[in-house]
Amino acid sequence: MESIHPIRGENKIMSDIRNPYLPYPVRIDKIVTETEDKNLKTFRFVFLNPEDEGRFAYTPGQFAELSIAGKGEIPIGIASSPTEKGFVTFTVNKVGQVTTYLHNMKEGEVMGIRGPLGNWYPWEKMEGKNVVIVGGGFAFTTLRSSIVYMLHPDNRSRFKDITVVYGARSPGMLLYKGELATWEQRDDIHMHITVDSTNDPNWKYNTGFVPTITEQKIKSADNAIAIVCGPPIMIKFTQPVLEKLGFPPERIILSLEMRMKCGIGICGRCNIGDQYVCKDGPVFSLAQLKQMPPEY
Amino acid sequence: MMNKTFKKDDWAKALEGLKDKFKVYVPVKEGDFHNFRLLGNGRKPNFEFQNTRLSPKSVILPQSERMFEYSLEESKEDAHIVKEVPKDFSPQAIVGIRPCDALAFDLVRINFDNPQFQDPWWVRRMESTTLVGFACNDPCSSCFCTSVGTGPFGERGLDALMVDLGDRYLVRSLTPKGETFLAKLEFGTEADDALIKKALSLAGEAEKKITSKVPTDRLRGKVVNELFNAPFWERVSFACINCGTCTFLCPTCWCFDIQDEVYRKEGDRIRNWDACMFPLFTLHGSGHNPRDKKLQRVRQRFMHKLKYYVDKYGNGPACVGCGRCVQHCPVNIDIREVFHLMNGT
Repeated sequence: MESIHPIRGENKIMSDIRNPYLPYPVRIDKIVTETEDKNLKTFRFVFLNPEDEGRFAYTPGQFAELSIAGKGEIPIGIASSPTEKGFVTFTVNKVGQVTTYLHNMKEGEVMGIRGPLGNWYPWEKMEGKNVVIVGGGFAFTTLRSSIVYMLHPDNRSRFKDITVVYGARSPGMLLYKGELATWEQRDDIHMHITVDSTNDPNWKYNTGFVPTITEQKIKSADNAIAIVCGPPIMIKFTQPVLEKLGFPPERIILSLEMRMKCGIGICGRCNIGDQYVCKDGPVFSLAQLKQMPPEY
Repeated sequence: MMNKTFKKDDWAKALEGLKDKFKVYVPVKEGDFHNFRLLGNGRKPNFEFQNTRLSPKSVILPQSERMFEYSLEESKEDAHIVKEVPKDFSPQAIVGIRPCDALAFDLVRINFDNPQFQDPWWVRRMESTTLVGFACNDPCSSCFCTSVGTGPFGERGLDALMVDLGDRYLVRSLTPKGETFLAKLEFGTEADDALIKKALSLAGEAEKKITSKVPTDRLRGKVVNELFNAPFWERVSFACINCGTCTFLCPTCWCFDIQDEVYRKEGDRIRNWDACMFPLFTLHGSGHNPRDKKLQRVRQRFMHKLKYYVDKYGNGPACVGCGRCVQHCPVNIDIREVFHLMNGT
């Protein structure tokens, strides 16, 4: 009887499965301070065990838990693109205990990352379509991942026009300034950078809130899908602009944030209705969100 | 299928005799109530109870559990690297679990063990655990197990079931795991048909004693946002003091928090039971809180059990009718009333 139905735990399948709570050890390879208020830094991580990079295969739109022994874990969107090899990057806003500690860490220090977690932007549905990206503030991270991914020579032909509206409070608050300038020069992506206001006489891009610039610059929803990522107030005012342009709710894609712990749909705190933002999201279409309780 | 009987005195001795082969959790009387404790250290099992104060969920999901360890000692090669800790997954048994609490393990399984992710500790502990149920001859007035998928003699989720026949227990195996367990017990004798018949008649009597009934038939068909926006939440949540008692007592409440704790240079990552009744549960780093009001938290708890779980898994509801929350809520919030309100009868 015992051989058919072993009750000993040791010889069971679980020992073959990697513990989903266990982070991969990484080394901080590079730290870049992104914004003039010094509250946003980009961390580049290299896996201590090279084979872990392959296990961490991700798709733009996903996130991971950054794990610091003694402090805890935080869910952060992946800012690098899977087309960039040898490292992963995250841009982190200094907010709480873990992020404050992380901001004081130095290149070379060891910590952990756990993931990739969550779903991703609907890349299959986006193929052959015009892609409109609308981002605001420091929520531009997974959008940066997406842009780098789409512009990669292997992928660019899969998408039609790529148009980006990205805004921040002031020029000094924009993320990835060097890359933004490079993308501005390219003819295979239409960039519309904007700031809420500035007294910089040399500012050569737009001035105005993201919803306004979106209304001015996006001409059509034909064969287009919109990805929107930003603070709640920006999303609230961008949504009607996109709907007026003719984007149906199925083609307005949003990425949500929520307090998380496990990141794998088990610990129970990040639900909106029957959807766990960590596992069933963080990416939802507006059509999905309209069916869900407005509790986020 | 094995049917054995044990004289009551022999039953305690038989369990005692298993100690080298199994970790045996039994109901133990502590002050005015019973809880599950590991047999040993002179502890005596006591089966004179309606139900234990807490369900034995902590045997599988401990209230606090060390997940990982790490060292912050810079001189160590593996400083700051989070590592697994040794854990004991040797065979264990929970003896005397009520059918409602056994159903709870069955209901929460989908959360811890699904095609996408498996909680390694929960799954391995369940694999190594034999559940020996204890049929209820005298259900409480607040019990409503027959409305939610089991009953006082319910077998769902159990490996064996014991029935109190007055001077002795009838113990019948329900799974190979239960049979293995039963085969290891001393003192048992084969049960004859008369005893089995007696147990059956007790089952019928016990079911008749369940007077609380709740409706569940229309929960799945309800539109989620209509329930979410229903006016009754104001009244249901009015008296709640967000103490969290219901969540800690509930056999199907599984939410947990993860925290790091460090002493000098050595640290642990720990998970602790948590509850949707507490505002911190959903507080964002930014200060935003999607459930900062009491009404939202009370609604979350009931919607999760009676609607979200039902919708997500085509299962449930995630309530086993044990009645603990009904008995112990300090302000008398009654989930049976919420069933009626949500189901709309």
